[in-house]
Amino acid sequence: MRRVVVTGMGMITPLGCGVDVNWDRLTRGESGIRAIDRFDVSDLPARIAGQVPMRSEAPWGLDPDEVVDSKERRRMDDFILYGLAAAHEAILDAGWTPTDEEEQERTGVIIGSGIGGLNTIAETSIQLEKSGPRRVSPFFIPAALINLVSGHVSIRYGFKGPNHAVVTACSTGAHAIGDGARLIAFGDADVMVAGGAEAPLCRLGMAGFASARALSTHFNDTPTEASRPWDKDRDGFVMSEGAGVVILEELEHAKKRGAKIYAEVLGYGLSGDANHITAPSPDGAGACRAMTGALRNSRVNADQVDYINAHGTSTPAGDEVEVKAVKRLFGDHAMKLSMSSTKSAVGHLLGAAGAVEAIYTIQAMRNSLIPPTLNLHEPSEGCDIDLTPLKAREREIHYAMSNSFGFGGTNASVLFKRAP
Amino acid sequence: MTDVAERVKKIVVEHLGADEAKVTENASFIDDLGADSLDTVELVMAFEEEFGCEIPDDAAEKILTVKDAIDYIKEHSA
Repeated sequence: MRRVVVTGMGMITPLGCGVDVNWDRLTRGESGIRAIDRFDVSDLPARIAGQVPMRSEAPWGLDPDEVVDSKERRRMDDFILYGLAAAHEAILDAGWTPTDEEEQERTGVIIGSGIGGLNTIAETSIQLEKSGPRRVSPFFIPAALINLVSGHVSIRYGFKGPNHAVVTACSTGAHAIGDGARLIAFGDADVMVAGGAEAPLCRLGMAGFASARALSTHFNDTPTEASRPWDKDRDGFVMSEGAGVVILEELEHAKKRGAKIYAEVLGYGLSGDANHITAPSPDGAGACRAMTGALRNSRVNADQVDYINAHGTSTPAGDEVEVKAVKRLFGDHAMKLSMSSTKSAVGHLLGAAGAVEAIYTIQAMRNSLIPPTLNLHEPSEGCDIDLTPLKAREREIHYAMSNSFGFGGTNASVLFKRAP
Repeated sequence: MTDVAERVKKIVVEHLGADEAKVTENASFIDDLGADSLDTVELVMAFEEEFGCEIPDDAAEKILTVKDAIDYIKEHSA
């Protein structure tokens, strides 16, 4: 089987634009969660989120003009803007901008989203009610379609290989990386631009997730304390926006062009809970099967895994289930490995989460530093493994796993090996 | 009515991101100003909004240049 490595990374999160600033702020224990200031939240139970900072707010913020011109921007939902920004960083980082026709045909894109252009759909729907069908923009559909991040990236950079988009709720980013790696392993492409993008922060999105009782509502006055995976006072996740994109590349292809190699995508496991539309299966069997799958096809023993970047969303049910699954699979080794949830700092980026967290996982391996689980003061019952509370911790990491679980009971685990 | 031409040109510049100097009366949206089929639909919607008129689809299909738009609007707005 052809081996697949990561040769480029790009991200935009509530902590800022770019891998370096993200890693720096994340490992210092900073939080990207704050009060929502973009739309009216006065009647919503959850009034905080992880908003992508703008350049006018912080030096690490996003300047949309650097990504697209104003004409183009009006024609795409923010999730596409974020996806393009992350893809651009990753592509430049990998130094892969082929002009040769054959190389372009061997390069594909697989960037998904959990929901796609929700705010665009909401606003256009209001426009339809108010002004009738003749006022619905011809750009409405392409502005909202999930696969249009992949479409725009392909058009912009001339990538003519597989053009795909994953839609598996909060597992999207992880599935995109796993599936993208398989497309390379199977020979459909030599390079895949893979990841996820999400922009769910609008009244409709907040109201929907709040009604599903998924969001934290007790920390509206102390936003940075709201995302607290495994802590006994946790009460739901904090919704966030952004994107993560990696460049996946066939090992020999990367070596031949002298690309820097960050990590190898060694294993990938998928499973379905077959249980409930929003709740995880209480015994963690689905999560366990995904992790088992990732170990099996990487031929790595469970006791070789040093770090798990958990799904860990800060919901009362999900967090404990994941620990249960880890204990079940890893046995005694569960007490020796380290786990953390970077959602404690950035919140839950839904379809972008898996890709953003894969990048954090790779950064953890490269820097021998485990990013902390913020706000974990008192773990709830059974959460007695090393969850890296409050402060980043040094640890050499040879193999690391990133977990993602989504609504619909869809689970994915990706196993990475540190670059030699 | 004298400013119809100016208002039309302003909309074209804004929506197509076109160079003002290129937006002459004889300029074709598609051939000269880089518009695609979706752009032209959006342009017609913008004209309707600006001038408070309705441009039926069969008439819209015949609006290919800046002058076509100006003429149509002059003729159909009271």
